[in-house]
Amino acid sequence: MESSKLLRKRNPVLYWITRVLLYGALLFAAAIMLLPFLWMLSASVKLQQDVFEFPIRWIPKEFQWENYSIIWKQIPLLTYFKNTAFLTIVITIIQLITSSFAAYAFAKMQFKGRDTLFLMYVTTIAIPWQVYMVPQYIMMGKFGLTDSLFGMILMHSFTAFGVFLIRQFYIGIPNELLEAARIDGLSEYGIWMRIMLPLSKPAIATLCITTFVTEWNDFMGPLIYLSTDSKKTLQLGLRLFIGMYSADYQLVMAASVVSLIPVFIMFVCLQRFFVEGIATSGLKG
Amino acid sequence: MAEKAVKSRKKPKMKYSLKQNLIAYSFILPNFIGFLCLTFVPILFSFILSVCEWDAGNASAITFVGLDNFRAMADDPTFKIATKNTFIYTLGVVPATMILSLLIAMLLNCNIKGRTFFRSVVFFPYVASLVAVGVVWNALFHPSNGPVNQLLAALGVENLPRWAASTTWAMPTLILLTIWKNVGYYTIVYLAALQGVPKELYEASRIDGASPWQRFKNITWPMVTPTTFFVVVMLTIFTFKVFDIMYITTQGGPGRSTQVLVYHIYNKAFISQEYGYASALAMILFVIVLVVTLVQFRVEKKFTDYL
Repeated sequence: MESSKLLRKRNPVLYWITRVLLYGALLFAAAIMLLPFLWMLSASVKLQQDVFEFPIRWIPKEFQWENYSIIWKQIPLLTYFKNTAFLTIVITIIQLITSSFAAYAFAKMQFKGRDTLFLMYVTTIAIPWQVYMVPQYIMMGKFGLTDSLFGMILMHSFTAFGVFLIRQFYIGIPNELLEAARIDGLSEYGIWMRIMLPLSKPAIATLCITTFVTEWNDFMGPLIYLSTDSKKTLQLGLRLFIGMYSADYQLVMAASVVSLIPVFIMFVCLQRFFVEGIATSGLKG
Repeated sequence: MAEKAVKSRKKPKMKYSLKQNLIAYSFILPNFIGFLCLTFVPILFSFILSVCEWDAGNASAITFVGLDNFRAMADDPTFKIATKNTFIYTLGVVPATMILSLLIAMLLNCNIKGRTFFRSVVFFPYVASLVAVGVVWNALFHPSNGPVNQLLAALGVENLPRWAASTTWAMPTLILLTIWKNVGYYTIVYLAALQGVPKELYEASRIDGASPWQRFKNITWPMVTPTTFFVVVMLTIFTFKVFDIMYITTQGGPGRSTQVLVYHIYNKAFISQEYGYASALAMILFVIVLVVTLVQFRVEKKFTDYL
């Protein structure tokens, strides 16, 4: 920026001091954020007795890659992985379709009761799930939907937040575009399919990522709902694993690393959308 | 704004035809059915349940008990401890996270190389699973073997804190973990706000010879005040509904030192199955969140008049 260039000319000493301090502070912050993950990675390929070696040996003498194969045998980690992937993918898809569908009507159509209905949606966004999780659990139990992946899907697929997020984006799409399409004889469904969906890629990406991360990391939902071992999710399984092998830090760390990989890949590939999504909407916390 | 535009166009001749209504409903229906059954009805149900007694052992015996559930809280020591702990947790997390995230956002907003890298690094803990992060945290802060205490010992610190294993240090340890995990999210929120501050303001102040502190006090801080409100409210609501951090790292212990409100709701509902009482506790959470949101609306209007 202008100011730093100016300062650099006028007072080079002060300029370099501020630069060093600035990068020093940034590197310090980055180290605090990263070191726990690096420690996790390093511990995951160590021998059990070397995990707590001090001073920390970041690169182990010998890489114990077996740790990564042992974990799959100790506990049905693969089943947990599959369950979580299944839940995450199905919920993300249903959420995307039903939310953008409803958002279209709320944003671009006139109908009786629209404002009342929308108010209902918006109000519930502000109410934390923890407030109504108990009655919800009782109701789900009555329909035999507890301890079932199908129940989990139902519970998480229809959020008011998703409708709200996409509706906000749809509002910004000019009405003239839709009018033109209507004159050309496109039905409302056709408009949603051919115009709204393709135009709302950024909003869809944001919702997709939010749902993916939330579902992948969800802990309390599965904790309350899933009790059969074969239905448990990765986070629950990881928690179990930690409980059973609490002394085997190297295995626990290997399992943790594995559980982070999908979100990490997602994050690296789509980090632009993460940032834009938060910047524009303030994602659900 | 958009809403207004739509309304003003709504002339009497726009009596929506039956067909148009039906098409609109067909768009909403798939989401609405799920939303109604699984969110809206349970919310209404939770109000009813909070004034009833219902123990799961006897499913048919749901009886109206008025405010008994709320009176019972007065004799529930765990409720008091849990509420106190929740407030302590909120006070520990909210201001620190807000200040740190604003600071980091200001650093990132400077003219630096590698902004994307730093931003991603700061943000990553937010998307990392709490179970994985919690177990690393427990290892790092292990009272006898953990690198943190070994480092402190090497630096000559005596009476090393026992972190999550001691009643005094358990809550601060969790507060630290929470700040570390969430600061990146709010940094991004602040960064977006900072990038929206007009550059001319800073240039004008520089010509007037304002010091960096004056620039912060008179430009940056007032300009990001609406964001600060947003951040504080989001954080406060987040801290009041916290559960999994405690469940994963300390199980509410040692003793009851990290018991929080939602943990108590969880125990009452899903361990001892006192659904009525648990719902009454949930109402307390609801009221807290409601008050926080309302206060924010009131105060924000007052403080952001100049915008």
